[in-house]
Amino acid sequence: MTDTTSETQSNSETHGHSAPPPGEPEPHEQTEAHAANGHGGGHGHSQYPHLAHHFDSPQQQFDAGKLGIWLFLVQEVLFFAGLFCAYTVYRAQHPEIFVYAHYHLDTTMGAVNTCVLLVSSLTAAWAVRNAQLGEKNKLVVNISITILCAFVFLGVKYKEYAHKVHEGTLWGHHFNPQHELWELDSFKSKHPESAKLAEKIAAIQFEGQPKRKGHGEREGSGAEAKAPAPKTPPLPAAMAGAADSDMKVRRIQSLLLQASDETLRPLVAAGIIKHNVLATTGLERPATAHIFFGIYFFMTGLHGIHVIAGIIVWIWMLLKAQRGQFGPNYFGPIDYAALYWHLVDLVWIYLFPLLYLIH
Amino acid sequence: MATTTTTDFVSPEPSTTDNYLNNEKGLLSWLLTLDHKRIGVMYLFSVLASFALGGTFALLIRAELWTPGPTLPGVTADMYNQFFTLHGAIMVFLVIIPGIPAALGNIILPLQLGAKDVAFPRLNLMSYHVWILGACFMLLSLVLGAADTGWTFYTPYSTMTETAVIPAAFGAFVLGFSSIFTGLNFIVTIHKLRPKGMTWFRMPLFVWALYSTALIQVLATPVIAITLLMLIVERTLGIGIFDPALGGDPVLFQHFFWFYSHPAVYIMIVPAFGVISEIIPVFSRKPIFGYKFIALSSVAIAILGFLVWGHHMFTSGQSVLAGTIFSAITFLIAIPTAIKTFNWLATMYKGRIHLETPMLYALAFLWVFTIGGVTGMFLAVMSVDVHLHDTYFVVAHFHYVMMGGSITAFLGGLHYWWPKAFGRMYNEQIGRIGALIVFVGLNLTFFPQFILGSRGMPRRYYNYLEEFEGLHQLSTIGAFALGLGFLLTAYGLLSSLRKKFDAPANPWGATTLEWQTASPPPYYNFATPPEVTQGPYDGYENLEYDEKIRGYVPTKA
Amino acid sequence: MANQLLHCLSSLAAPPKLPDSPFFLMPPQASTISSEIDWLFNVILLICSIVTIGVILAMVYFVKKYGAKSRIANEKADKTCEHNTTLEITWSVIPLVITIAFFVWGFKGYVNLRTIPRDSLEVQVTAQKWAWLFEHSGFASGELHVPVNTKVRVILRSTDVLHSLWIPAFRTKMDAVPGRYTDLWFEATQTGTFPIHCAEYCGRSHSDMYSQVVVHTQADFEAWKKAEQDKNDNTPPVELGAKLAQERGCFSCHSIDGSPSVGPSWKGLFGARLNYTDGSTVVIDENHLKESIEDPLAKIRVGFPPSMPTFKGQINDKQITGLVEYIKSLK
Repeated sequence: MTDTTSETQSNSETHGHSAPPPGEPEPHEQTEAHAANGHGGGHGHSQYPHLAHHFDSPQQQFDAGKLGIWLFLVQEVLFFAGLFCAYTVYRAQHPEIFVYAHYHLDTTMGAVNTCVLLVSSLTAAWAVRNAQLGEKNKLVVNISITILCAFVFLGVKYKEYAHKVHEGTLWGHHFNPQHELWELDSFKSKHPESAKLAEKIAAIQFEGQPKRKGHGEREGSGAEAKAPAPKTPPLPAAMAGAADSDMKVRRIQSLLLQASDETLRPLVAAGIIKHNVLATTGLERPATAHIFFGIYFFMTGLHGIHVIAGIIVWIWMLLKAQRGQFGPNYFGPIDYAALYWHLVDLVWIYLFPLLYLIH
Repeated sequence: MATTTTTDFVSPEPSTTDNYLNNEKGLLSWLLTLDHKRIGVMYLFSVLASFALGGTFALLIRAELWTPGPTLPGVTADMYNQFFTLHGAIMVFLVIIPGIPAALGNIILPLQLGAKDVAFPRLNLMSYHVWILGACFMLLSLVLGAADTGWTFYTPYSTMTETAVIPAAFGAFVLGFSSIFTGLNFIVTIHKLRPKGMTWFRMPLFVWALYSTALIQVLATPVIAITLLMLIVERTLGIGIFDPALGGDPVLFQHFFWFYSHPAVYIMIVPAFGVISEIIPVFSRKPIFGYKFIALSSVAIAILGFLVWGHHMFTSGQSVLAGTIFSAITFLIAIPTAIKTFNWLATMYKGRIHLETPMLYALAFLWVFTIGGVTGMFLAVMSVDVHLHDTYFVVAHFHYVMMGGSITAFLGGLHYWWPKAFGRMYNEQIGRIGALIVFVGLNLTFFPQFILGSRGMPRRYYNYLEEFEGLHQLSTIGAFALGLGFLLTAYGLLSSLRKKFDAPANPWGATTLEWQTASPPPYYNFATPPEVTQGPYDGYENLEYDEKIRGYVPTKA
Repeated sequence: MANQLLHCLSSLAAPPKLPDSPFFLMPPQASTISSEIDWLFNVILLICSIVTIGVILAMVYFVKKYGAKSRIANEKADKTCEHNTTLEITWSVIPLVITIAFFVWGFKGYVNLRTIPRDSLEVQVTAQKWAWLFEHSGFASGELHVPVNTKVRVILRSTDVLHSLWIPAFRTKMDAVPGRYTDLWFEATQTGTFPIHCAEYCGRSHSDMYSQVVVHTQADFEAWKKAEQDKNDNTPPVELGAKLAQERGCFSCHSIDGSPSVGPSWKGLFGARLNYTDGSTVVIDENHLKESIEDPLAKIRVGFPPSMPTFKGQINDKQITGLVEYIKSLK
């Protein structure tokens, strides 16, 4: 922003060194006034090749850039705020959707990405220090690692997205999950009893039916995705974690687990027990579960676009760093890029728990 | 006098040296310029062209409304809906929001600060090219069969209609970034590039106004950006945020939309306040009354403006509690605005008033903006708003404040700073007649609409009940008169560009820094960075009129 | 074009003869709340007019009294103080007091408008592009019928986009939002017929989404209910069909004279052999017409958009017969 490869005009910084433009009054009185403006000993801008013509000093230029980048970051926060707001509204109105859906996310991959971004923020901050001290080689290394981390982040994200496409856990009308909740490792590891029980009931319920490829084929499961429901009632306390209802569910579950298939068969046939019903699995798939995935893809997608923009900026900085442009008098661009990068990291630090770590 | 203590006062005579207009030639020297003045001039002509386009749609609307049923041959209801959508979108996003800050502010702000340029000249150029890109998307929408959602894009209609909503929404999205960059630039410029001696309370009020506006631009615009992005994603991917069939909430869109669009109206009017605050003291030969109150009231309006968005939604099904809070805070905003109006009048008291075109527009502003402002009262009152919401009363109110407020001030500022920016005096007679016709036209167009609204005429109506015909016809006549006034005004200004440079440095006898340099300024603005020793409206008594150059010079002795 | 004109004129065919309003600026005062709103409106009008005229007069006076002759004369303004905090506070506090008063008064009126009284007579209203359907205790109609001096609660829903029910004479308005219910209430104080407009832009025929509220005396209201019952029983089908088509907004999309519109024209429709997008060719008969009314997206005519809303549940079999007979009559 403050680079000045062009337009270092010899202009009104007249010190008597260059002839004033024709028609201008002789500037001799101005030298005192001019020195009073704080140019100090230097004869203006030739001493500072990166000083733009409209700034009086590198310090002023740096301060201006700093204020500028902070303002830019503020508006970026407000940009994302809209989505965080949508998240808040939907989570407050439909908490069960969020609890249900987050099982479909891979917490490990999310954690890896978090670490990767934190490392990249470290190298970015380090790069600023390198630039300030004029340590060109270290600067190049640190910027390179930052870029590398960013690519790793994108790679992991790509894997996650690909998995979701495969799984069918997409947004809106494209939401067509290939697996039931209790078939997911993330659910099984947290709620083994529920998962086992659901599997047992499902085996009885769908005896003889071929392994389905999509939920449209199972009775009563496809229609849910399309049912218009102005307001899904909030999930009973069992999912909100209230102690006594939790106990009730556990009691029912352990009873059912102990029962034999023969005991359960007539109950299943009568429709009293279903594989995806509250008491057996502790969780019912909400009709509008796709809302979570819409929000997930929008937020992480927008974040990803900002990561890509950051990569472009860092590559630009890398090129400038390789040309040795940065030093104690000129390190603003690295500083600003790092600030932007810290914000990108910070947004992810908020996204990770809000999307992946829901209880 | 707010200038250096030396006598390097630039020759008050018309410029004969190189200035920013003629120092470089060729299209690229304009399109790739980093000179804020050239960027401002490009914005000016782009905004005026957009105004002409938006105005054409307005005339089509008014012509169609001449009779209660279908009027213009070939204009169907669908087309009419597209007309008012385009009219609104062009005027809001391409004209009034960029308007005064980008066109006048870019030229004048650094000059008023005695600076060489804005803080980030390349960002400034980028903001202009981004504007052009946004305008292209708007035109693309027009070409692909224009959106018909109204400029407010309410869901679910906007997610369902088959018209070209995405280009229009994307155009507005892109234009938002142009606005953000301008605002960001101005904030940093004002913080960091003030001259020696110019404390915050010695800044011209136009600078205070631009600063307050810039705050809103940076903070509010990202919200419309994400909102429009949500709309586009909903249309393309069917995410379902606003679709009740998928569990979404259509009213959520309204909250997001108005969270920006209400502060946006303050982006539209606060710079206008700034222009009026510049013109009135100069043309009354008297310092502004209540400088601090006017300065801080702009900031107050900017902040309070973020808290009232729900007053657009009293009939949306929003809760009574929410409506109550929004209404209460809305009334608070009336107070700083009233303060300004009274301060301006007090400035004129015991002044010596000159009635050239800029002052005529400022006086017109006082008249028309007061009407617009007080009619906002009716809409802020919750019970009365239930009746008036979505009627012509609202249309009349916002046209009074936007046309009678922003545009009137814009024209006043344009005439005021025209000699400085272009080095030629515009034709004063044409300017005055144009101002008069614009004033009459605007009242004739929009006053009947208050009555239409309260008597039961809803807005965005292609057909209407016969009883409203008379008032509609009055309004249509007014609209064409207004158009005529604008054409005449444009002629008066543009025809001056054929002349040689004949404007003195200080034709109006103002004391702010931009008048301390030549008309037009050299590309570097000031031979010496000025030093400020007094307030921006002090020192009229030290200037006297020189008939030879038809401008003001420092008093001899 | 002719069809549009026809439709337009037919919907304007009975513009209500409005009783005079005491105030030129407002529609007739026909509900319990109208006069309260009007009084507040007028008070605001009075005070705002005083302020506006005051500002204008001050401005004109100053220009006359302090006008400068010419620039050459170099007249100097009188030296006056440049700020006066007392004055600033005065002209902030007085408007503040006034605005607080407006706010309180408006708030009270709003709470009144939005607090539904118990024991109101309920009417279910469905808004869709581009017609209103009012269902009162078993009778569905394109117009709203209510008895005078009775609290009425209108429960609004929308089947497609935002609409807004506005009854200017009653000074009340509420958006119809798809996916939820909203409501408003009123108590009519005058008999007569008053306009109902849609006040939230909803597409092509937003301005034609016109209806009326008919306020009856109690006796007339009972008579109307009986007449509706009889109508459903006794009106010849063709007449019933014609009236229904008028009331339910069928003509916003279907012409009766062959001219093109959103949907197919009804002229000559019955008995025609036509192509459908699923590849079939259908002879239009009673069954097909019934299906088109109840499940319009089941078969789409080639060359027409799939945009007809369903009327299933809103029209009974007798009414469907009426519509079918009417369409048959349009040769």
